[in-house]
This record gives sequence, structure tokens and C-alpha cells, in this order.
Amino acid sequence: MNGGNAVKKAVNPHQQHKRSWKLEFKRNKALYFFILPAIIEVIIFNYMPMYGVQIAFRNFKPIQGIWGSKWVGMKWFLRFFNSPQFETVVLNTITLSLQLLIFSFPISLLFALLINQYKSKRFRSVVQTVSYAPHFISTVVMCGMITLFLSPSQGLYGSICQAIGVKPINPMGEASLYRPIYIISDIWQQMGWESIIFVAALSSIDPGLYDAATVDGANRFQRILHIEIPSLVSTATLILIMRIGGIMSMGFEKSYLLQNDLNSRVSEIIATYVYKVGLTGTPQYSYSAAIGLFNSVINLCLLVTFNSLSRRFGETSLW
Amino acid sequence: MDKSFKHMKLGDKLFEIFILLVGVLVLLCVIYPLYYVVIASISNPSLVMTGGVWLYPRQLTLDGFEALLGEAKIWIGYRNTIFYSIAGTMLSMLVTIPAAYSLSRKDFKARRPLMLFFLFTMYFSGGLIPTYLLISNTLHLTDTVWVMIVPFCLNVYNMIIVRSYFENSLPADLWEAAQLDGCSNTRFLITIAVPLSMAVISVVMLYYLVANWNAYFNGLIYLRDDELVPLQLVLRDILLMNEMMANSLSTGGSMGLDGAMKRAYQIKFTSIIVGTLPMMILYPFLQKYFEKGVMIGAIKG
Repeated sequence: MNGGNAVKKAVNPHQQHKRSWKLEFKRNKALYFFILPAIIEVIIFNYMPMYGVQIAFRNFKPIQGIWGSKWVGMKWFLRFFNSPQFETVVLNTITLSLQLLIFSFPISLLFALLINQYKSKRFRSVVQTVSYAPHFISTVVMCGMITLFLSPSQGLYGSICQAIGVKPINPMGEASLYRPIYIISDIWQQMGWESIIFVAALSSIDPGLYDAATVDGANRFQRILHIEIPSLVSTATLILIMRIGGIMSMGFEKSYLLQNDLNSRVSEIIATYVYKVGLTGTPQYSYSAAIGLFNSVINLCLLVTFNSLSRRFGETSLW
Repeated sequence: MDKSFKHMKLGDKLFEIFILLVGVLVLLCVIYPLYYVVIASISNPSLVMTGGVWLYPRQLTLDGFEALLGEAKIWIGYRNTIFYSIAGTMLSMLVTIPAAYSLSRKDFKARRPLMLFFLFTMYFSGGLIPTYLLISNTLHLTDTVWVMIVPFCLNVYNMIIVRSYFENSLPADLWEAAQLDGCSNTRFLITIAVPLSMAVISVVMLYYLVANWNAYFNGLIYLRDDELVPLQLVLRDILLMNEMMANSLSTGGSMGLDGAMKRAYQIKFTSIIVGTLPMMILYPFLQKYFEKGVMIGAIKG
């Protein structure tokens, strides 16, 4: 018993604060040892590129190395801001991710509400299992499926068009159809997965609320309106804020794989442009690094702003 | 169920029928594209091309699979991806779990600063080019198997999920009691913390496994050697670059160029199945953990 008290005292936060770092290292040696690989990994692969990002301010030549390359200040940034691509890629990035958010977010909310209506456990779990499955399909396969299905000369789409006497257009070659295709396929793939968190929020509703509502004569629709939707508001706000914070961090893979010469006017986003400038053709390392850094800084600002917003919103915050 | 349905008000009955119909419709929308790939892969490609196959397979044939599996490239991709996935996931788990355990301990003094150190990487990154230059010019990892396993093997988000679970499922008393019995940190982690947290560990393992299996970006920029490419790059060549495989040319070749084209078309469907099947088989077994995993990750953070 005495010993137990002694240990409790030792981990008392007040005393812990006073304890010197030397003693801490000695006492929790194992804990430092456990976390060391993770620290090394992050230093090498996350922090070293942050150090290397200074090439955005230099005229980087691989032979001269980072320090040997000439310092050119904001040259590359100014070149990007003044280039015709600046407006295109920034607007394409924002438009695509905003449209994706506007369409996919309400759908995953509605889908969660739908799942919550099923009283049959079995049907419910069938719907869930099936709708999560596409999430596990790789981007490469997903884009392969899109191009296969939308081929104007082969398969279902082409033959349906021919059957009804319409000359099939090539959807992948139409810039105006690029975003709808991207968004609809994304909804198909992610709707179930994104609804998980809302389903979980709905399942934590106190059953007493439903009983009380039934006694008051509320019908199913009224219960959704007055019990379920209000209970989703805080989770939904949080997720929405997080998603808006990530609006400029549009992923590379899907855009890159769906891109072709005919739709590049709308499909070129910051991430694909950075790749194209930096790693294809004659690599322009510094210019590409500057565009990437511009994107990272905007991302950082957005994430910090929206995270502090979400913190203010309620007791639930990101971290 | 039936009985309660009878006693419902008319409006509620209609509502019940409506949501059931919507549910069935959603199920069909999700399943149909997948189903179509399956039936197209085992039907006569001429019929698939002309839209003759849409509800059930016609003129069953396994020629597409035969041609695809006779292709050395697909086996190389498969072998590489299996190796990268297993090795990568194991390394990730070995890095993630102990780190998460340390961060979960309230008496770990460096907890807060280290947490910030890790979290910052979720907010800011050096970007593609500095990372590329580091990996290729400084570390010389291009065209090695390491580039597919070691870089970014720690996912901070996954680490936070495990940490939160440790925090919530391992009461401080447990460690204190174990310590009194002379249990070391290492033994506590291996014999108590990990076995008590298998639910979250399997979710995170699945996340890593799926990410590794589907990974394609690192292969795209760091690998040139055909012997090292992961499955996803092979699939990209078949599906999106319209690369004709040697086998489709030779087996379809006897039927002329038209036959070769049809074979190449069919191989696209079979390659989707071959590339996705392992994940689809694995997934239902672990599905029950997902809700838990997503919840822990999102709420506690």
C-alpha cells in the first residue's frame, strides 16, 4: 500500500513538472527509445525537405548543391505569379475541390441519415459493407474503370449511344465534363466511407429521445428533422471546417491519371503542374519548388485558420 | 418487423417503403460497375465491345485471365507489391506502435513538444521537389526497394489513432500496478498494451496495408527499373497507357489485329480484378473495426 502511494506521488503532475530532464531521461529511457525511430523517420523524410525548400529562393543546379547555388530571392515566385498558368492552376485547384466538397459532403450526410433509418440490422450492415468497398479500390484502377466505361467506341456507353441514334462524344476529351466525371466517380468511391463518422454520431443518440418523440406523436420525418439532424450538426461542422482547411491540398494522383491534352485546361491543378514543371522534360527544380512552397504556405494558413475556428466552435477540436 | 409495419401510420409506411427503395437503388449503383467488370472479364470480348454484355456474362471464356496471367510483367508487379506491402506494413507498425505508446503515457515529459513536432508535418511539407532531391540526390534511394518501404513509413494520423486508443483503454493504474510487479516498459507494451489494443492495431494495420497495396506515386517518380515496379504501375500501363501486352499480341495475333485489340480490351477488365481482388477479400473480415477506427481518429485526435 505504501509503495503504491509512493509511485502515485512520483507521477503526480506537479512533481513531474519539477523533475529535471536528466532524471526524466533516466526514468523513461524506454519511452525515448520507443519513439526514436519515429523521430528519425520524420526528421529525415519530413523535416529535411523543409530545409531543402530553400532552393525555391536559389537558382538550384544539382552539381552545385543547395549551398553552392546562387541566391535569387523571390525570382521564381514572381515568375509564377506573372505566368499565365498561375491563374489557371490555382483556380482549377480551388474550383475542383470546392465543387467536390459542395456535392460530396451533403451526400455523405444524407447517406448516413439513410443508413440510420434501417431497423433491420442485416440490411443495414449489407448497405454499409457494400458502400465502403469502393474506398479500397486504388486510384489507378478507379481511373482505369472511368476511361473504360466512358470509351465512346467500345462497351456499354458507346453502344447505348448508338442504339438511341446519338453520335457518342468522348467524355474524357471534353473539358466541360472533366469535373463532373471526377466528382461523380469520387462520390461513388468515397460516399460510404465518408459517412462512417456521421453514422457513428447518429448511433450515439439517446434512445429515450426517440421514445419521447413517438409519445408526442412525431412521425419518422419529424424525428429526422428534430432529433437526428440536430445531433449531426457538431460533427458535420467539424468535418466541414477540416475539409475547407484542406481545400488547396488537392491530391495529385487522380488528376494526373485522368489528365490528357484535351482536358488539361481544367484538369491541370497545382499538384500536377508542380510535377510537370519539376520532374518531366527539362526539370526546373527551383521554379517547381517555389510553386510547391507557395501551395504549402497557403495550405498552412488555411489549416491553422480553420482549425482555430473549429476549436472555437465547440469542445471538439482537431487536436 | 412485419407486425410493427402493420400497425404503422400510413405516412410512416410510405416512408419505410421509400427508404428501402432508395437503399436498394444505392446498392445497385455501387455494385453495378463492379459487377460489370466481373462479367465483362469472363465474356467474349467482341460481345462486350458492342454492348452485348450488361446483365450476365455471355459466351464464358477465361482467355483474358489466361493471357494476363501468362504475362511476366503482372507477376513481377504482384511479387513486388506483395513484398512492399508486407515489409512496408511491418516496418510502419514497428515504428508507429512504440511511438504511439510513448506519446500516450501522461508521465512522459517530452509528450507535448514531440506531439507538436509530429503534428507540424501534417500542416506543412517541403513539397515534391525538395523531397525528390533528398531521396534521389542525397540518399540515392532511386531504383532501390528501400524507396518503396522506408520513406514515409510513419503516418502521423495513424499514430494518433493508436495513441488515443492507448490513452483510453489503458488506465494509468494498470501501468503502475505492473511497474510494482517489476514489469518493464518494453514488457508492458508487448504483453499488456498491444494485446489489449488489437482492435485499433488491426484497423491501423489495414490502413497501412491498403495504402501500400495501392501506392503508385513513389513508384512513378523513383523507380525506372522494370524489375522493381509495383503492381499499380503495371496496371497503369495496361489500363491507361493502352500498352499492348506481348501475350495479347501473340494469343490474339492468330485472330489478326482485330483479335489482338479485343484481347487487349478484355485484359483491362481482368487486370482490374486481379489487382483489386486481394483487398476485396481482406476487407469484409476487418470491416467491423472500421467504425471504431474512424471514430477514434476523428474525435479524440
